[in-house]
Amino acid sequence: MATPVKVYGPPMSTAVSRVLACLLEKDVNFQLIPVDMSKGEHKKPDYLKIQPFGQVPSFQDESISLFESRAICRYVSEKYANQGNKRLYGTNPLEKASIEQWLEAEGQSFNPPSSALVFQLAFAPRMKLKQDLGVIKQSEEKLAKVLDVYEQRLGESRFLAGDEFTLADLSHLPNTQYLVSVTEKGEMFTKRKNVGRWWSEISGRDSWKKVVDLQKAPPPKSA
Amino acid sequence: MAVLKVHGSPFSTATMRVVSALYEKGLQFEFVSIDMKVGQHKSEAFLALNPFGQVPAFEDGDLKLFESRAITQYIAHEYASNGTQLICPDSKKMAIMSVWMEVEAHQYDPHAAKLCFELCIKPMLGLTTDPAAVEDLEAKLGKVLDVYEARLTQSKYLGGDCLGLADLHHLPTLHYLLGSSAKKLFDSRPHVSAWVADITARPAWAKVIAMQKS
Repeated sequence: MATPVKVYGPPMSTAVSRVLACLLEKDVNFQLIPVDMSKGEHKKPDYLKIQPFGQVPSFQDESISLFESRAICRYVSEKYANQGNKRLYGTNPLEKASIEQWLEAEGQSFNPPSSALVFQLAFAPRMKLKQDLGVIKQSEEKLAKVLDVYEQRLGESRFLAGDEFTLADLSHLPNTQYLVSVTEKGEMFTKRKNVGRWWSEISGRDSWKKVVDLQKAPPPKSA
Repeated sequence: MAVLKVHGSPFSTATMRVVSALYEKGLQFEFVSIDMKVGQHKSEAFLALNPFGQVPAFEDGDLKLFESRAITQYIAHEYASNGTQLICPDSKKMAIMSVWMEVEAHQYDPHAAKLCFELCIKPMLGLTTDPAAVEDLEAKLGKVLDVYEARLTQSKYLGGDCLGLADLHHLPTLHYLLGSSAKKLFDSRPHVSAWVADITARPAWAKVIAMQKS
């Protein structure tokens, strides 16, 4: 049996959870290696060797070492194309082009405002940092415009890239999970009919439920 | 072969990103100019091509795409045997290039694009550059370029030993920043400076810039 791949970082990190969702969709065995960010482990020289920007996750599979969650997801989806969810990254060039388009839309248009809201509303309070009301307002306005586009798209198409659940939808799970379950901005998703239907479907997948369980598990005790 | 079309502006960094890939591949294409000053990118006709109302939009026969980095990837794969090779056939090497493509999109571009806006776009629009914002953005971009400097001591190009999309995607913002006070950020880092000189000297890139003059 293949050696499990290694993912470095806490499952509560949105980027780490993006990779975990992909691995679970593809039935790839993995080992989750803790990185104690409260102690600055991600900024220490040993970690910077595998992720020079000092961020989580980073990833190892046999001889290859990668970072950037979306690059890791693409690699996993390609390498393990024939196992797990075989439609995750498309089965022909046209499907793939559509998936890449919506994956880029997630990274460029959805992620910046939703990440800012997740940080301000879910993480800042836990870290006892002051919230920036200006950022919250601006981010909410930007996100609303993006979700209006999604509302239209998801009225024409069951999932973002087409009729199947793909990496493009998966990439949205981490930020949306926080916004819907821990903040009062969840209505932005649930009050839009098509977006609400889509969120229900994608978050109801077994793979995502397992990720949410991993996020709820108590953090490992430091050595 | 179906007609390739790009809808955009020759001054838009995202449009330039797509056009650079087409020139590198030596592909014929039709350029449909979108007049952003009159809001053509928000017209119903354009929204049908890109519901986010942003340039560029791209057509290859019946296929319609938006998001410049999705378009360049499509071009690089679909026309792999034309012109310059922009992706790696080896899957492990492609995985590494994919990492640095994400780095451009998520680490470099957010700061570079904002800096372009402050230093290059605002003056064009008759707005005042914010010096505090410039200082902050230059510091952030500087940290990213420190990582690039280390990377480029071990690798000829950002994505690996061969030039690829990971390098190409930087060209539009680089072009604007090199014409501004931010040029010092690149000049002061020897490996970054050599890499910038190499990729900006490519004949295909000169063709992209020439479009701004016509």
